[in-house]
Amino acid sequence: MITEFTPLLSFVGGSLIGLAAVLLMLFHGRIAGMTGILTGILPPLAKDWDWRLFFVIGAIAAPAIITAVYGPDTITFQTDIPMVWTIISGLLVGVGVFFASGCTSGHGVCGLSRLSVRSLAATLTFMAATAATVFVIRHVLGGF
Amino acid sequence: MRALLALLAGLVFGAGIALAGMINPAKVLNFFDVAGTWDPSLAFVMGGAIVVTFIGYRLAWRRTAPLLDTRFHLPTAQTIDLRLVGGAAIFGVGWGIAGFCPGGAIPALGLGRVEPLVFVGAMIVGILVARTARNAATRKASLA
Repeated sequence: MITEFTPLLSFVGGSLIGLAAVLLMLFHGRIAGMTGILTGILPPLAKDWDWRLFFVIGAIAAPAIITAVYGPDTITFQTDIPMVWTIISGLLVGVGVFFASGCTSGHGVCGLSRLSVRSLAATLTFMAATAATVFVIRHVLGGF
Repeated sequence: MRALLALLAGLVFGAGIALAGMINPAKVLNFFDVAGTWDPSLAFVMGGAIVVTFIGYRLAWRRTAPLLDTRFHLPTAQTIDLRLVGGAAIFGVGWGIAGFCPGGAIPALGLGRVEPLVFVGAMIVGILVARTARNAATRKASLA
């Protein structure tokens, strides 16, 4: 599946992700990692579940508002992965990010910006594992 | 106020994920497919996010405490252990299968499509299974 190279839009979007991380640090003193935030609103709830829930609601609402105002075509979403593999992927991601205590946002953005060596190790590991998985699926097994 | 500003940070995060293209699984997978339909956009996402976060964090940390809390909640773990690296590797394999990471999949729920819903459902099951396993192992270790 071909996707359009969007350096400027991706840089602007990335900067907004950074701005969100800075806002959450400035106001709440918290790391904007989706794994940690989401885990805190799963039972048993974290004591400070309120800000977590509202962050997640905001994150879900933003694309919904953008598509409602500017039309469904403003946000490109493409996938051709069979549903059973989407489920397997979700299970692996859930187990993995729990044990790694973070994902692309927590380790990749916030952790690297803190110059955390743990986050660097985690980011290099998951980037390498992702690249290897994509290579094996697409170029060794011939895709789904 | 705490909830409202978390909602704002979440909205900015979700808008950033959507504009950056991180919400699009095919685009994310193509970043890792240098040998195939390569789309380097994700490098610009990470670049923008880390530049803003790196500078913004240091400005926020000039304060002795965040605006809405008594202290900054920063991770204290330092060791690079099997849990971190193994978890990151499992996460990477899962990410490479379907192209959804937690920070991309949660905002994708706002698109009202079935794939993000299935992925996030499976991911939550994965997180809960991993937490149950971790808690059981901790109990066993404290009894021994």
